[in-house]
Amino acid sequence: MTPSSPNTLFRFHIDRWLTLITRGAAIISAAVVLLVVAFLAMESWPALRDIGLRRFLTDESWHPLSGSFNLVPMITGTALTTTGALLIAVPLGISSAVFGQFYAPPWMAVWHRRLVELLAGIPSVVFGLWGLVVLVPLLAPLGGSGQSLLAATLVLSLMIVPTIALTSHSALSSVPHELIAGGAALGLQRWAIVWRIALPAGKAGIKTGLLLATCRALGETMAVLMLAGNVPRMPDSVVSPIRTLTANIALEMGYATSEHRAILFVSGLVLLSVVSLFVLVIDFVGGWKNA
Amino acid sequence: MRSPVISPAWKERVASVAIWVSASLIVGVLAWILIDIFMKGFSQLSISFLRDEVEDAGRGGGIASIIASTLAILTVTLSVAVPLSLATAIALTEYTRDLTRGGRFVRRSLDVLAAVPSIVFGLFGNAFFCIALGMGYSILAGGLTLACMALPIMIRTTEQAIRSVPDEYRFAAAALGLSRTTTMFRVVLPAATPGLAAGLVLGIGRALAETAALLFTSGYVTRMPESLSDSGRALSVHIYDMAMNVPGGNTRACATATVLVLLLLFINGAAVMLMRSVGRHVPPTRSGSV
Amino acid sequence: MIHTVSLSVHYGTFTAVRNASLIVRQGSITAIVGPSGCGKSSFLNALNRMTDLIPSARITGKVSIDCCDIHDNCRSAAELRRCVGMIFQKPNPFPMSIRRNIQLALREHGTRDRTELDAITERVLRDVGLWDEVKDRLDSSALQLSGGQQQRLCIARALALQPQVLLMDEPCSALDPIASAKVESLINNLRSRYTIVIVTHNLAQARRLADDIAVFWIADGAGEIIEQGAAADIFDAPSHPTAAAYLAGTQG
Repeated sequence: MTPSSPNTLFRFHIDRWLTLITRGAAIISAAVVLLVVAFLAMESWPALRDIGLRRFLTDESWHPLSGSFNLVPMITGTALTTTGALLIAVPLGISSAVFGQFYAPPWMAVWHRRLVELLAGIPSVVFGLWGLVVLVPLLAPLGGSGQSLLAATLVLSLMIVPTIALTSHSALSSVPHELIAGGAALGLQRWAIVWRIALPAGKAGIKTGLLLATCRALGETMAVLMLAGNVPRMPDSVVSPIRTLTANIALEMGYATSEHRAILFVSGLVLLSVVSLFVLVIDFVGGWKNA
Repeated sequence: MRSPVISPAWKERVASVAIWVSASLIVGVLAWILIDIFMKGFSQLSISFLRDEVEDAGRGGGIASIIASTLAILTVTLSVAVPLSLATAIALTEYTRDLTRGGRFVRRSLDVLAAVPSIVFGLFGNAFFCIALGMGYSILAGGLTLACMALPIMIRTTEQAIRSVPDEYRFAAAALGLSRTTTMFRVVLPAATPGLAAGLVLGIGRALAETAALLFTSGYVTRMPESLSDSGRALSVHIYDMAMNVPGGNTRACATATVLVLLLLFINGAAVMLMRSVGRHVPPTRSGSV
Repeated sequence: MIHTVSLSVHYGTFTAVRNASLIVRQGSITAIVGPSGCGKSSFLNALNRMTDLIPSARITGKVSIDCCDIHDNCRSAAELRRCVGMIFQKPNPFPMSIRRNIQLALREHGTRDRTELDAITERVLRDVGLWDEVKDRLDSSALQLSGGQQQRLCIARALALQPQVLLMDEPCSALDPIASAKVESLINNLRSRYTIVIVTHNLAQARRLADDIAVFWIADGAGEIIEQGAAADIFDAPSHPTAAAYLAGTQG
């Protein structure tokens, strides 16, 4: 396809350039995540080599300045806050979606969704701030200073409700209307339709939402940092102060030196791996709704 | 005999009440949060608050330098993220139309990138931009780290916007012998403008709400920044600092939070309006902000 | 003018057109008729290499336009499409002003001078009979025009590039009868200045417009030309029995 005039030559080449540049950009974009993994691995390596994974689980406690590197309290903190938040947020989020889809009058459903989207847009540091000035004083009478597992879990659940609500809403609104109509024709009432037809039909999308919410909860830093109390010990009760992996990194990066720092990178790598695993599961199960 | 599928009336009633209560709870808490923050910070809000420099570790003066740093970081983020996301989106829509292996790999990496916790981005930014590339704690490092974070959502939105342009325009352009480049830049992209603007606005929203990633990349300094290699404090970091590290800083934290939330409200509202005009909804913000 | 030799169009493993050999005389209007799904559009798309846009499409056989093989080095696809214009079934003006619709491709192909561009714009709009209707609103959006006006605009847009051939894929089927009549009379007026190949479902239209005709039919799962020649001859005395049945309206 040899071009035969100067103008065509220009156009022929410019298309080539466009392909080159855009493909290059795509490669760069895809490479970012690889770069992240690479650098985390690089920085974690000294800790993995010199200290070894086992000590992160079996050392006496978390006292990095004295060479004690047990991450279990933080892992527990992350697990507890995430699980607790999910326990609260899942019913609330799904209810919100069901509300908008089946119970609310159309104008109210629209506004409800907008408000949920608004909730989704509030920065986590603002959630943390509110928790600190409002929720913590309210919880203090229950024991401790108020900054506790409970405070962190409550606010965290608020933060992930929109994720669950909005993905469930998408899932429910894609349920074919014929199914719903079929249920109504059989004499099923609203809740029965929701429970027996709509929710099962929307299962895939809802599950995706749950996985995404879990990723979000696992990775949350600021709100738990401000509300969990930040004591690197196993909790005795729901009002004990705890620390999550993410908060651990945020608190100690500022002054951590070599070995200590490398361990923080290890915990970062662990978080990254868990989250990537979830995402890849979602991808393979095909629940991804976008593009 | 009653059909087992028809539930008793009381179950319906209970379910109905529970649903309404849940929905109201969510909305109620939202209102509680916004009103509380606003009320507590209200006393400090004024023009001088926005205009003056930070004094007394933030207990006095205003947040002018903070706003300046935030804008500087945002500019860096957008200068990198916008061209990169646009070019990548074009590649994904035009040249890997049939979901080839390359296209799927790119998409999968972006999906993982979208879920990465922001503190992990902070670690990465610190190790890569601040140390390996020698930028130190700087606005540049912070901006670039945020660009990495904003990339997935901007690419996704831009791609949706481009795909929503009807194919018939492309065919008409091809039949007239227009080059792919002309078709893209003079026909498709102009037609996709509302969606593109929405992507931009979402990226801005994501960047503004970020905190953890900035703690170890752009730092804490409250001085008015003079260059991109200066350290600077963003609005979100200021809120954190005032709330946690400065005794008596709560009110100012709330005031700053009010400014940030109003800014974000405005931006997200713009995104939603723009998306609606393309006929699509804003994708659920599952990676909102940390 | 157009000469195809054993042209076949394949989409992956599916063959849409098989061994189509057709001669289109210069300045004539050739109608391509046949029932739905027998490859008429695929055939048309192969003539200006629009099939290049479909990743799974493959062409075998030879197509020459104006004595030059279209897959050869003598012309790039873009240049080919300047000489061979295409009008689609559903009018597809760009979402821009009328003026830009016409001038975009002109600029692309090298014309930059403002007065020349405006002169060409006026000429082609007159040619399609739109000038009086739109001369006062050249800068308003093309999407505000009616269906028939949009289709005439698309024809004007193609004419601006001074093509030798116009390919039309059922240009009237998406239009109401009045608009359809206007477009048809426009096509009639373009005869002899351009070589026109028009795919149509409408046998009456073919009878009105065509100098030559080619009848497509499905044989063994792919479209083939079962009859071709001067329209008058084919309509009066078709030799192929299926073609005869189709043209008489008893089949297809």
